[in-house]
Amino acid sequence: MKKYFPYIALAFLTVIPLLELNSYLMHILILVVMWSVIGMAWNLLSGYCGQVSFGHAAFFGVGAYTSGMLYAKLGISGWWGVPASIVVVTLFALVIGYICLRLRGPYFALATLSIGVILRIVVENLVQVTGGDLGIMIRERSWIEKTWFYYIILAIAAFSYLLVKKIIGSKLGYYFVAIREDQDAAESLGINTTLYKTIALCLSAVITGFAGAFYTNYMGYIDPKVVFALHDISIIAIMVVMVGGVATFSGPIVGAIIMVVLAEAIRSIPMLGTAHHTFFGILLIVIIIFLPNGIVGDFLKLKRLVGLARRPS
Amino acid sequence: MSSVQTEVLLQTLISGLLLGGLYALIGIGMTIIMGVMKIINLAHGELMMVGMYIAYVLFSAFHLDPYLSILVAAPVLFLLGVALQKFLINPVMNVDSILPENQVILTVGIGMVLANLATIIFQSDYRQTPVSYGTKAWYLRDLWKHSPIELSLSMPWSVSFAFAVAITGGLWFFLTRTDMGKSIRATAQDNDAALLMGVNVGKMRVITFGLGSALVGAAGCLFIPIYYIYPDIGGQFTLISFVITILGGLGSTVGAIIGGLILGLFESLTATYIGMGWAPVGRFVIFVAVLIFIPGGIASLLKSRKLGK
Repeated sequence: MKKYFPYIALAFLTVIPLLELNSYLMHILILVVMWSVIGMAWNLLSGYCGQVSFGHAAFFGVGAYTSGMLYAKLGISGWWGVPASIVVVTLFALVIGYICLRLRGPYFALATLSIGVILRIVVENLVQVTGGDLGIMIRERSWIEKTWFYYIILAIAAFSYLLVKKIIGSKLGYYFVAIREDQDAAESLGINTTLYKTIALCLSAVITGFAGAFYTNYMGYIDPKVVFALHDISIIAIMVVMVGGVATFSGPIVGAIIMVVLAEAIRSIPMLGTAHHTFFGILLIVIIIFLPNGIVGDFLKLKRLVGLARRPS
Repeated sequence: MSSVQTEVLLQTLISGLLLGGLYALIGIGMTIIMGVMKIINLAHGELMMVGMYIAYVLFSAFHLDPYLSILVAAPVLFLLGVALQKFLINPVMNVDSILPENQVILTVGIGMVLANLATIIFQSDYRQTPVSYGTKAWYLRDLWKHSPIELSLSMPWSVSFAFAVAITGGLWFFLTRTDMGKSIRATAQDNDAALLMGVNVGKMRVITFGLGSALVGAAGCLFIPIYYIYPDIGGQFTLISFVITILGGLGSTVGAIIGGLILGLFESLTATYIGMGWAPVGRFVIFVAVLIFIPGGIASLLKSRKLGK
């Protein structure tokens, strides 16, 4: 049963548009799927390979801008950005990896954080190339209905899920986990840590880039402050995985559901609308103190906390 | 070089130096926390923002001079830091999880809460404390009539700089001449050895976090007469202090001072010669370059020089 659960969930998700939900609910659904894609990407690099990144907005933004620039400069459909982002994001990831992957732990985290900020400022300042703060607007919407957007992001999500699952089940995945657990030990066993960390970074970056390219086409407007946002992209990517469960397959999905629904719920309460970061922050603090491995990772602990689990006799 | 160009260059260097002095103070706060606790406090800028708002409130309610509000802001921030360390960070240090970076992510959460609470209380408007001496400056030509070039020295900037130097001096005295300061340095050098020598390491951690917060709170008060405030100002200063810490070498106070000055000068030069908007890029270029070429920071350079002799 458990083995087939992902397929059942996928089948269920495929038929959801037949319910003819209103467009707000579809929007939330699309956001949930998009965030689970970003979460899976972050999880691959940080959860499995142990390289905690604070700068996934960099890859998201590069993906988004690839799409936007193809539309704005070459005049072709922004959807070409999805395949094109593979090349562009990989190149960026290689450069970023070359600089950052020689660092470890918190240093890597902060180097990636600063890369995200550097990219934002560069895009803001290169007005002739990127349009600067004005951003890029996609004038023709591909579809009015959200159904096709939903299927596209769902396909990306399914692809990412399978990719992550395949990788983690393979030799590569074991290398990643070995690097996370002890980099020196991994190296002494003959694992080329730099190579495998770079592979993890590139894969993670490409998946995030997909989400970025999708975002451009879906929202129809991007600007550097939105797509390179530290708090609204990079940190939320971390939170999605932290809340859901680090180094679990379903963690990012659970986390994405919780984060998106929570964000929308808080925003819809009139008095508390501005306070959503406070709630996120408190949620993050509570999760780290009580469930450091997330809801999925510490499910048993959560049960025990709530008092549902049977006590061991 | 024409006299105008010289003027611009010298003026840039002066403002860079003054800015650097303030940066150094922010950086020291972070570097002692990092030295003792081995964690990166990503809520550092937000703590500074709290200090700035304390100064702002005191100014608008009681017309208290921002420089005097250090006396209020520093103790308040000390207590806040102690509370954060005791009730949030310490419990996490003992929880085991897959990712060891949990403490860093925790401080991000703290920073988010602080910044957002400030937005709720004060709205996201840009605010200022219009102090009477805000635009005063000293001019070189007033002192020396026939000076070939004209330079000015802004009064609030130089007063803030003087305060920063004084506070740094006080801190240096505390760290090198008092028992508690020595215990803190011992904890930073070697946790276990300090424990064996009878240093109450847990207490030192709490005090260090409080001290780091108090320093950055004081820096916030010094920034208030020359800067405007808004709730999200913290993030930018967190990054600045982190760059300084890396540049100076982790946990090295001297390194942080030199790093702060270098960063201030460099930023001021980029702002003048390349463009205002690019100043933050210059900051991070330094950061990345330091990480690649001198990963130990200035402290490692100083040390190798000393050992070489």
